[in-house]
Amino acid sequence: MGELSVNHLLGIKYITKEDVDLIFETADHFKEVINRPIKKVPSLRDITIANLFFENSTRTRLSFELAEKRLSADVVNFSAASSSVKKGETLIDTVNNILSMKVDMVVMRHPNPGAGVFLSQHVNASIVNAGDGAHEHPTQALLDSYSIREKLGEVAGKNVVIVGDILHSRVALSNIFALKLQGANVKVCGPKTLIPKHIEKLGVEVETNLRKALEWCDVANMLRVQNERMDISYFPTTREYVQQFGLNKNLLDSLDKEITIMHPGPINRGVEITSDVADSDHAIILDQVQNGVAVRMAVIYLLASKIKQ
Amino acid sequence: MSQKILLSAKEIEIILHRLACQLIENHQNFEETVLVGIQPRGIFLAERIQQILQNEYKIPEVKTGRLDITFYRDDFRRSEKPLEANKTRIDFLVEDKRVVFIDDVLYTGRSIRSALTAIQSFGRPKEIELLTLIDRRFSRHLPIQPDYNGRQVDAINEEKVKVNWVENAGEDCVYLVNK
Repeated sequence: MGELSVNHLLGIKYITKEDVDLIFETADHFKEVINRPIKKVPSLRDITIANLFFENSTRTRLSFELAEKRLSADVVNFSAASSSVKKGETLIDTVNNILSMKVDMVVMRHPNPGAGVFLSQHVNASIVNAGDGAHEHPTQALLDSYSIREKLGEVAGKNVVIVGDILHSRVALSNIFALKLQGANVKVCGPKTLIPKHIEKLGVEVETNLRKALEWCDVANMLRVQNERMDISYFPTTREYVQQFGLNKNLLDSLDKEITIMHPGPINRGVEITSDVADSDHAIILDQVQNGVAVRMAVIYLLASKIKQ
Repeated sequence: MSQKILLSAKEIEIILHRLACQLIENHQNFEETVLVGIQPRGIFLAERIQQILQNEYKIPEVKTGRLDITFYRDDFRRSEKPLEANKTRIDFLVEDKRVVFIDDVLYTGRSIRSALTAIQSFGRPKEIELLTLIDRRFSRHLPIQPDYNGRQVDAINEEKVKVNWVENAGEDCVYLVNK
């Protein structure tokens, strides 16, 4: 087993194909571990990790915390709502204060793009980006690819369509980087207003017809419409969005092949995906969640092994 | 670098049969006993012993698993090279079973210490024994001794004991290598 080429996981943009392979190989071992009667290994018993969440999260935060605890790391949690950030403290000050209590690694979610990169340049700890604004969410992309690899054997050569609010989605951007890195073909699909200009430069194709996109793909990754990030109206009504870009059973049944459905959560049932599709055998949404813990264990383990004593 | 042969294929075969017989002496029909090969190199020895027990001594079923100890080692972040993980495959419960750990070389005892922790993730065994092909006595860092032992070797720290199996190196042979 090799070593990661980076000391932080700030985005998929900064890592190599070899890093991804190494993370997946390690995640395979941890997936076996978390299916044992006792789901814990003592590897990181001398490591302390701070989870800094400056933005709301349920799944990611829980998943990181479980991953850390299953590696036996000590964990401290921090959320912006109940902290001195509200009193006007800067990000560097907040983090340096936490680090002076001898913390080795920081897992951070922040509303501003580039917050992780900024922090990695100013503080002396290993940083894991758990989502920075509309920029990247690397562990989500890794677990998505890992789930595709698990379901379909490999990622290379597969056709993947990402449907929905591409403009506001860090999951979309990280997924595009990760899928292209592994040699998959990627299309994005959604209302023109929710697709960033010049996205073709990343090597993806734009498709505005959901049926055509589904007919082409092996995997459809359905994203949520991020109403909380929308300052203006991007489409007329939710009803119209559902009619054009909502995935329902009739549409799925009318395709002449089976496709795999993914969703990073949280699901808005009845909007981007109907309940019967989300709960069907085609959907690997809960596998994604389970794999999330294994993949995050792998990322944390591999980064921790680079922290010098 | 020079190397001399410690055990030839013929000698290994005789020792494996002796070890198998010693196991039978203590475990009779292996109903309550499971063999666990320690990854990466103990698995070949474990499978050989399983085959001898089943094929030559007609024991109906000897449950054998593989245990990887990477995540339980005490030198994480201390060794120069990254630790390499291997597959664990234990498809049986060890709760109340008599477990026999099998490894090719017993040196400092630290791998076995890790294995003792690792196996607890699969239940609480009734007892744990240790079988090794080569026991490098006088090199132990921990109070761990084998219950079944192929050959005792007095080797200094600069020397390395290399165990080759047909399965991984094309021959059965044990070498003492001078680094």
